[in-house]
This record gives sequence, structure tokens and C-alpha cells, in this order.
Amino acid sequence: MQQLFNFFIKNKTLVLFLVLFTIAISLTIKSHEFHRTKLFNSSNYIIGGVYGISHSVSQYFHLLKENELLLEENSKLKTQLFNHAKHSTAEPSLNQPYSLNSALVYNNSYSLTNNYITLNKGLEDGIKEDYGVITSKGIVGVIDRTTSKYSRVLSILNSKSKINVKLNKTNHFGTLSWDSKSSGIVQLNDIQDLVKFTIGDSITTSGFSSIFPANIPVGTINSYRLNDTKDLYIIDVKLFNDMTNLEHVYVVKNTDFKELENLNQSDE
Amino acid sequence: MNNIVFVNIMRFFGLLALQVLICSNINFMGYINPNIYLLFILIYPALNNRLLFIFSSFLLGVIIDAFLDSGGTHAAASVLIAYIRPLFLKFSFGAAYDYQSLKFSNSNFTQRYIYFLSLILIHHLVLFSLVVFNQDKMLLIIKQTFYTSVFTFLLCLLIYSLFSSKKV
Repeated sequence: MQQLFNFFIKNKTLVLFLVLFTIAISLTIKSHEFHRTKLFNSSNYIIGGVYGISHSVSQYFHLLKENELLLEENSKLKTQLFNHAKHSTAEPSLNQPYSLNSALVYNNSYSLTNNYITLNKGLEDGIKEDYGVITSKGIVGVIDRTTSKYSRVLSILNSKSKINVKLNKTNHFGTLSWDSKSSGIVQLNDIQDLVKFTIGDSITTSGFSSIFPANIPVGTINSYRLNDTKDLYIIDVKLFNDMTNLEHVYVVKNTDFKELENLNQSDE
Repeated sequence: MNNIVFVNIMRFFGLLALQVLICSNINFMGYINPNIYLLFILIYPALNNRLLFIFSSFLLGVIIDAFLDSGGTHAAASVLIAYIRPLFLKFSFGAAYDYQSLKFSNSNFTQRYIYFLSLILIHHLVLFSLVVFNQDKMLLIIKQTFYTSVFTFLLCLLIYSLFSSKKV
């Protein structure tokens, strides 16, 4: 026992180094395989607060561009409203399962291999994990961690992100993922080689999952190639969203979420 | 002595703030962000309590990881270079380090360049290997390591020469 203690005291630097290094490596591995790391992330109370202060300064530099975006969206909505008014009597009033919650982007990364976005809304605003995040132009990601005031979004620019989308023209669906190369291009997999499409066709969400409603725009086909086994296409999709410049986003809340979740759980 | 402790604490928080608020948002050429927080580890006094030094390097790395949502990659790389630093001090500065009279401010330029560059390269190699975590993407790791190291090295030298006092 004495010898053991002596050994530790003699090599205390090495022991401390090994302990800390092991902690760091295990944190890394955990963050790679299990995307809900409990301990340290940017939805933390203090870190979210620091990003909030930083954002309150930097938002002034984007005001002009944000105004333009809001104006654009306004005009689009107004057009829809005017056209809708004519047919409103013909359409039945459906109860809407989705509601939107606006949020501000406090921190946005897009140059790493696994990117996350921090939002200024959390559990107190009714935001929970697995809610979708969109802008007026297209999809952004899925909430993967919330605290009482802040939440973290698993961006579509993340190698762990998998989102169900479809070709708008033919309704063939596949999985959207990212090869971590360019911040404007994501990859659509699992489309069979029988499917006909051309460059420029638009891609939208499929609505199969409870996260996103159907027909939210994603992007257009930029280029395509066959995979190694020559039976499935890998399609490069150019995003409508400029992921490098996000300010106002909407969190999509599915009011039937609990019901759907229960349904899936009873299945397992 | 108190002055040195105070300066190092200020350096810790100053570089941390500079890193997470400014330097990690540069995205030069799309993905190059300098890691200037390394300067804390690089110019920490050569005569020190090694346990405290290694632990504070770890702490710095973990806080940066929390801000950047990068798991424990910065912490691992920082702890590693903090641990192997004496080896490189001896290798770059030789006799001055052996006689425990080393002061970075009056060291030779070439010696300082070699010391900075070697530790920065090792740090980034470990960092990007852990970030990418995929041995099929060796080329990506080497490319990112090289470009980011050069950028970090230049910025570290710049900041160091701006803020170093000639008197000491």
C-alpha cells in the first residue's frame, strides 16, 4: 500500500495528465456516438447568457439584411392571403396540428464537421427536444437539447443529422445527410436509379415524421451520381437557406406530438 | 509573484473571451479559425507548478469545448501539449531552460518560432484527428491541421509581440 502511494506521489504529473486526458477523450467519444451530451454544451445557462450578450451587440450589423428578409416573407404571405380570400368558402377548416414559435439565433456554426445552433428559447417557452426548426426559406435542423431558457439545434450541417425528404415532382422519398464539405450543399441518399429527375428539381420535406410538416422547401438538385453499388443515387442538394446567415428562425411545434410519440412507444 | 498570478488569470479569461466571441467566428476561406487561446499554454511561465498548469490547460480546453459544442476535443489537445511542453522547451531553448533562467521576452526569435510552431502543429493534429474521428479522412485532417496551424501561428506571434513588455 505504502509503495502504491509512493508511486502515485512520484508520478503525480503523469497520473493527473492521464486522468484529465481520459476524461477529455471520453467526452469526445460520447459526443460522437450519443448526441445528447448532458454535461457541457452551449444550451448551458452561463454559456447561453454569454452568447446572449455577444448577440445583443452583433445583431445591429445584420439589421438591414434581416429587414429585407422579413419584407420578402411578408409580401409572400400577403400574396397567399389575398389569393386565399377568394377561395376561402370552398376550403374546409382543418384543425392545424402544427404551430410556430419564433426564436433568435444566438450562436451559429457552419464550418465544423458537426455544427450546432444555439437559440434563445427553451423549456419555459414550450420548446422541447425533437421539434423542427425552419426559416421562411427552408429547413434548418432539429432541437436536440433544451434547458429552461436556451436550446441547441442539431443543424442539417451535421454529420449526425438525418431528415426525411422527397422529390417534389415524383414524391419519391429519401434521407438528407451532410458530407461536411460545403455549407451550401447537402446530400440526398436512397433514391432508386429508376427514378427520373433533372437538375433544378426542388426537394421538400416528406411529412412522414412528426418533426416537420410536409412540403417545407429544402433546396434544388445541384448534381447527382450513382453510389458504389450502382443502384441508388447520391444527389447533391443546393439549400434555399443561407446557413451562414441565420437570425430569425421558427420552431415547429407539433401539437399531436405526444400522441404520436405514445403510438411509437407502444410499438416497441 | 502575485503579479504573475494576476497576469495569468487575466490572460486566461481574456484569451477565452477573444477565442469564443471573435476568433471562432472568422471562418476564413470557409473553415479556418485560429485557436489563439493556445497562447496561454505557450507563454505560461516556464518555472511553474506543473499540476496547476496541466489542470488550468484542461479547464481552458473544456470551457472552449462547451462554447463550441465540440465534446472534449480542445480539452484533450490542450492537456496533451501542456504535458509535453517541458520537452519542447528543452529542445528549443536548450541551456536557458536547463539553468531555469528562461524568460520568453528576452529569448531568441528563431528559438521562439520553432517552439511556437511545433507545439501548435501537435495541438492541431490531435484536435482535428479527434474532431473528424475517421481514419478514412486523413487528407482532410492534414489539410485542416496545416492551414489552421499557420493561421494560429501568425496570430499568436502578432498578439504576443503586440502585448509583450520589453522591460521584463
